[in-house]
Amino acid sequence: MINKTVKNAEDAVKDIQDGATLMMGGFGLSGIPENCIAAILKRRIQNLTIISNNAGVDDFGIGLFLNQKMVKKMISSYVGENEEFERQLLQGELEVELLPQGTLAERIRAGGAGIPAFFTPAGVGTEVAEGKETREFNGKLYLMELALQADFALVKAWKGDTAGNLIFKGTARNFNPMMATAGKITIAEVEELVPAGSLDPNQIHTPGIYVARIFQGEFYEKRIEQRTVSV
Amino acid sequence: MLSKEQIAQRIAQEVEHGQYINLGIGIPTLVANYIPAHLDVVLQSENGLLGIGPFPKESDVDPDLINAGKQTITMLPGSAVFDSAQSFAMIRGGHVHLTILGAMEVSEHGDIANWKVPGKMVKGMGGAMDLVASAKNIIVAMQHCSKDGHSKLLPACSLPITGIRCVKKIVTDLAVLEIAPEGGFILKERAPNVTVNEIKSKTAGKLIILGEVPEMQFD
Repeated sequence: MINKTVKNAEDAVKDIQDGATLMMGGFGLSGIPENCIAAILKRRIQNLTIISNNAGVDDFGIGLFLNQKMVKKMISSYVGENEEFERQLLQGELEVELLPQGTLAERIRAGGAGIPAFFTPAGVGTEVAEGKETREFNGKLYLMELALQADFALVKAWKGDTAGNLIFKGTARNFNPMMATAGKITIAEVEELVPAGSLDPNQIHTPGIYVARIFQGEFYEKRIEQRTVSV
Repeated sequence: MLSKEQIAQRIAQEVEHGQYINLGIGIPTLVANYIPAHLDVVLQSENGLLGIGPFPKESDVDPDLINAGKQTITMLPGSAVFDSAQSFAMIRGGHVHLTILGAMEVSEHGDIANWKVPGKMVKGMGGAMDLVASAKNIIVAMQHCSKDGHSKLLPACSLPITGIRCVKKIVTDLAVLEIAPEGGFILKERAPNVTVNEIKSKTAGKLIILGEVPEMQFD
């Protein structure tokens, strides 16, 4: 079996250059590649285009890149948890493309699946439709959306093996599986890295073919945005 | 007029046995607290979960288990988790029976605006556009008027649109209304002790009144 293991986050991200387009997994702070984020932050890479559903919070996740002005453009569906982001957006300091979440998910899926374009009803009649082809199918209007790919996809999984197979946990899965397929180079960080053969093939969520580099993350803070409990 | 909890309570009366339901952030999430115990329904979370349960006990908080509003939750027995492409395929493919979400404005043709206030608030649309473009049944939960007293039920939306001609029913702190096929808000119910005249004065769009308007019932 092919071995995809790299030593650590620093090793994994060492060839990411200024101006790169990065896909980053996660919904809110759940399932974000914490260790790669820290390693990229250390290198202060500039002019990044980041494709990620959210923008983290002011002092965690992708928010850390925004604070250091490392990001030229964000492609996201919701950035409401990050005040600094909203400020940079409103001040014109940051280029932002806001997409419907389902469109973002499907554009990424298509990017990894060899589908150059598809039609979706989301956004018809809204500003999202501007400049896009509209077509009618069975009496309903749809927008044409194009596939999305990235130079690097940074994904976070629960368990992975040295062959790059990944298993996710709970709602930390979200965008990670699709992004894994759509990066030219996919870097996976996992909580637990096991030898090839340890994982049940029936339980694999993302097959290792998509993963170029895998390592076990040193530490996961797993910050919670809204700690809601019942008494 | 109704409190947020009461709006949620009235909307819960619309829920039917066996439905798969998506609840938006804000007042819609409160609906979960009022679904009658004898009805079996499944709550879908756009970030990849079918089977949202109540908030966890402090000792059971799990950062890998959150809802669309990024709140920690639990899963009920019989739940399933999946990725975001699968989640929106489920939504777009018309498999979710009922969507309940908030709004800033609704037009008399059922257009909805709930994601952007230009120059002031640009948080993003999240899953709202997919939900309103695809759901079989869409109920809006909102205040009848904005904080500065302007009607949120308009002839046409002034704010950036989330979806066109998609809203079916609206429950506000004053009334239950349905969108007429030819355009207009049909007044179906009044909140307890709220008069038709008050609702008329606070509805900028065309209000259609067919006979006597009953009061909302709460058990």
